[in-house]
Amino acid sequence: MTELLIMVSVFVLSFAIGYLLISRVPSLLHTPLMSMTNAISAVTILGAVILFAVDTAPAEKILGAVAIAMAAFNVTGGFVITDRMVKLFKKSRKE
Amino acid sequence: MGTWLNWLFDLLVVLLLIVGIRLFQGPKGARAGNLINAFALLVAFLLVLYRYRILSPGIVLATLITGSMVGVIVAMRVHMIQIPAMVAFQHGAGGVAAFLVSFVELNRSSAYLTSFGKISGILGLIIGAATFSGSMIASAKLANKINQRPTVLPQHSALLLAVALLTLILAVFSAFRDPRPEVWLLLVLLILAILLGILFSIRIGGADMPVLISFLNATAGVAAAFCGAVMQERLLIVCGATVAASGSILTHVMCKAMNRSLVNVFVGTMATSTDRATTPTIPPAAEAPPTAGTATAIEADAPAEIVPAARAAPPPLEAALDKLRKAQRVVIIPGYGMALAQAQFKVVELARHLERRGVDIKFAVHPVAGRMPGHMNVLLAEAEVEYDKLVEMETINPEFKNVDVALIVGSCDVVNPAAIQQADTPISGMPILMAHEAKCAVVCNLDERPGYSGVENPLYQLPSTILLFGDAKVTLSGLIGGLTD
Repeated sequence: MTELLIMVSVFVLSFAIGYLLISRVPSLLHTPLMSMTNAISAVTILGAVILFAVDTAPAEKILGAVAIAMAAFNVTGGFVITDRMVKLFKKSRKE
Repeated sequence: MGTWLNWLFDLLVVLLLIVGIRLFQGPKGARAGNLINAFALLVAFLLVLYRYRILSPGIVLATLITGSMVGVIVAMRVHMIQIPAMVAFQHGAGGVAAFLVSFVELNRSSAYLTSFGKISGILGLIIGAATFSGSMIASAKLANKINQRPTVLPQHSALLLAVALLTLILAVFSAFRDPRPEVWLLLVLLILAILLGILFSIRIGGADMPVLISFLNATAGVAAAFCGAVMQERLLIVCGATVAASGSILTHVMCKAMNRSLVNVFVGTMATSTDRATTPTIPPAAEAPPTAGTATAIEADAPAEIVPAARAAPPPLEAALDKLRKAQRVVIIPGYGMALAQAQFKVVELARHLERRGVDIKFAVHPVAGRMPGHMNVLLAEAEVEYDKLVEMETINPEFKNVDVALIVGSCDVVNPAAIQQADTPISGMPILMAHEAKCAVVCNLDERPGYSGVENPLYQLPSTILLFGDAKVTLSGLIGGLTD
């Protein structure tokens, strides 16, 4: 029960803090923002790796391996694209 | 490692994430913010490796390297115009990871499942799978691999509702299985969820895509959070919730920018499908398809009589050049049609010419210009428009009265005054860029067909409007040529 409470409060608190911080991101950066949060959502990679921490059946190993590959694709790709995008934003030089 | 130390390290990751997102509030800090967030995930990953003994490090390492390498290669190669399709595809990949992890965890006899864990796992499975299939459909639409128009099946709403209800009933049933739901049950749930995602996404199209992609962003986050609940990993919940918040905000912003409710976007296609089916709109190209027609042919029959026939009506290109030569303030309003015609570089070239003549140039970006939130800003930034020249709708709208020329390139609905002047159109109430208030509006669209909404644009009929129909690239070259002469 305590575990449940902790997890629910962690979710609510993170959602609230995330909401406050992200609602101040200007629309100028909304595409890189989504691309970055997309990479963050690939945090499931942690779950996929933990699957390998206990003795698993071969079928589970295969599914776990696919999960790791997919999440790794998502997380690296997401951060790299975001970096490419935010690098494009430049301020005009004073002439 | 003591529990308090565990919490402390988790807190460190959370703090890094907060700093990263905080830095993302301006273009200057955005790059550092992104890198800090990447670092936060790396720390979280290392923490997991430290806390758990991985039994098959070979498999983990091999898949990790393969996935990352493909991710980096694809990310380096993708063009900025393809970003929406790419992001949607990545949402899908995240969905796969979430439902696979939930599936394995639910199935494992060695796993200790509380009833809360069981419910979370089932939800992670369903939402992950629906995010996967929905994102794949969205990505295929955005990449033009499948028809971009909303595909509406007979009885679509009823079908969607039936699948959703069936999924829900089966999910509740699964949650009561002891000690865990059987494999076949989970597989049926998986198939239903995938079907749900497809049915949901397939009937959204064209200009509504930004809402869909934002919504899938949120569901990907929710799936990750539930995944975290079944694994009892706090960091997954933290990250998932943050992404869910971000996706919700973007969904809300997009809906507001179109003055439509979420339900209206997702189900409303049904209600208006009859009107929309009759309008000859091809959503992706709705704002100005670049392919059809030749510029010269269309330019030739551009309705010169609409232009105020002062003296022997000069050709529209000359009239536009005349206005631009005399202008002091020009606001350029780019739409997705410009991006499709790959005309942004020509637009910027024209802007540079005008700037050299001392003209004040701004780019007015409507929130829903493009195929994902903020997409147009990235496209213009790529064409080397400095971000201080990119202005949001709220900032520029009060200033249009003092603008000499509003140059519209490939946008239609977002400058359609019918949205604020007429009450009964599909776009009524949608905030628009007030181009009709400028002293002169020059329209460089492919033709006079209405935009995605199918609503005729009264702006085209204004005496102060100059219409330059045709391929935007050709028209803009004409303007540039005229200015340099």
